[in-house]
Amino acid sequence: MSATDVLVVAEHRRGDLRPVSYELLTAGRELADATGGDLHAAIVGGDVETFAESLDCEGVDVVHTVAEGEEFNHDVSVAAVTALFDALDPAAVVMPNSVNGLDYAPAVATRLSLPLVTDAVDLAYDDGLTVTREMYGSKVETAVEVTSEPVALTIRGGEWPATDDVGDATIQPFEVEIDESSIRSHVRGFEEVGVGDVDISEAEFVVSVGRGIGEEENLELVEELAEALDATLAASRPIVDSGWLPKNRQVGQSGKVVTPTVYLALGISGAVQHVAGMKGADTIIAVNTDPDAPIFDIADYGIVDDLFEVVPELIERFE
Amino acid sequence: MKVLVTVKEVADVADDFEIEGLEIPETFLEYDLNEWDDYAVETAVQIAEDRDEDVEVVAVTVGPERSEETIRMALAKGVDRAVRVWDDALAEADLLDPTTTARILAAVAEREAPDLVLSGVQAADDGFGATGVALADRLDMGWAAVVNDLELDDSERPRDDDEAVTRASVRRELEGGVEELTTVDLPAVLTIQTGINEPRYASLRGIRQAQRKELAVHSLADLDLDPSLVDDALTLSGLSKPESESDATLFEGSAEETAADLETVLRDAGVGAE
Repeated sequence: MSATDVLVVAEHRRGDLRPVSYELLTAGRELADATGGDLHAAIVGGDVETFAESLDCEGVDVVHTVAEGEEFNHDVSVAAVTALFDALDPAAVVMPNSVNGLDYAPAVATRLSLPLVTDAVDLAYDDGLTVTREMYGSKVETAVEVTSEPVALTIRGGEWPATDDVGDATIQPFEVEIDESSIRSHVRGFEEVGVGDVDISEAEFVVSVGRGIGEEENLELVEELAEALDATLAASRPIVDSGWLPKNRQVGQSGKVVTPTVYLALGISGAVQHVAGMKGADTIIAVNTDPDAPIFDIADYGIVDDLFEVVPELIERFE
Repeated sequence: MKVLVTVKEVADVADDFEIEGLEIPETFLEYDLNEWDDYAVETAVQIAEDRDEDVEVVAVTVGPERSEETIRMALAKGVDRAVRVWDDALAEADLLDPTTTARILAAVAEREAPDLVLSGVQAADDGFGATGVALADRLDMGWAAVVNDLELDDSERPRDDDEAVTRASVRRELEGGVEELTTVDLPAVLTIQTGINEPRYASLRGIRQAQRKELAVHSLADLDLDPSLVDDALTLSGLSKPESESDATLFEGSAEETAADLETVLRDAGVGAE
């Protein structure tokens, strides 16, 4: 009899469960339905009792609490998840494809000698597991068959709906012996970055610029447009990485989440990390030379053209 | 001190690429050094430049002969020598589990015994984002993932009677504009995020020098690895262009016309109203 249960590992930071935790419950339940097993959720560190109550959602059979530490520490997570895995013998352990998820999931896979598929956007189970994931910056979708079990997975945030109905799970404390010498990284604190004179998350109109701008000198053009539209200037990651605009102008997963009335994306391809920061805008308008750019998938209005052609015309109309 | 940098030549697909079966024909692929690895190389070269002691920077890659051109660019930017691993078995594999890649890199790392391993956060092509941490665990080293700031301090003593170790103080870039301040003692693996520095361009002199630098090639057998390790549990079974979910209204015509259409949308949304 092969293993059928599924173990998902929730994520928390600074006192709160992160939204991906509830999405993991959905993905985990779907997988457990397909394998015919129970769904186990685990929470490692922080206020585990409160977190466990929140994770006690419909479809969850057991919530395992590991009361070790306040904040995420990858050495603790690896020790806890591998010990839980050994105790539960599941068919799959599913973790978030977050910055912290990718800080421990690969070590969990290595230590347990499990195959590892990260950044899953869909899971299908029919005799065996097939994972859908993207390559080449979302331009290609791949199906990956996993030919042995058990397996370690990480799932992309925002791809599964959150589970939030209250359930009747058993909540079980799980004791892990953690050897102090195995803790090799130490978190000294957190810092909010990108605070400054402008808060783009409060802006009503946003003009946002990406790699398509080409050169730093060309920023003047979009600055002029932002001024003409009385909009706030923002940018995608490459512009901030290049040091052309400060971090407080960055829209996306590692930057700010913006929810303006209008988001005008100029020369932005629409990588998933960027979209995470602006998909809540009321009206999304994209100007990009590549008709297949993913930004058009979420845009309400689009122009497939060079921003250097369109922007000067637009400035003229609003001056 | 020795710094090992893992690098990868990655493919990007041309705008109008096509898929044939489980492959994208070579004509649609453009190769370059993985962007994240470019930042990792720069981090390593800056460490070599800034430290008082001699620092050797070694690049390691898993890739075919074609990738040597890309690896030479890393040498031209200041990497001292490079190791390339390739094998017929690797040429036949369509997809490698990131933990398998980590096993191969670990075999090189064990021979090199570096003090610090730098790895890009992810590869732009397959985007697993897992190799660096898997490598650290296999090497039994400490690690930190998604590092966008790094300082090395040589005077740290884990306990009072210990010998001094080099400690890395790093910032890990979390989601939502929050950074985690973390310390990890060397030897360690750090995965490097874009934006940590400004990668240099190779100088002409650097490019000339790179031609004379050592670029060793090893097969899996050379590293005492069984070629069957590439037959891991992951198999590529489908490759497709994602179906466009776009329901955007596209404005067509000259820039003058499209700008006029855009003006209407913007004014309807309240832009330009006093």
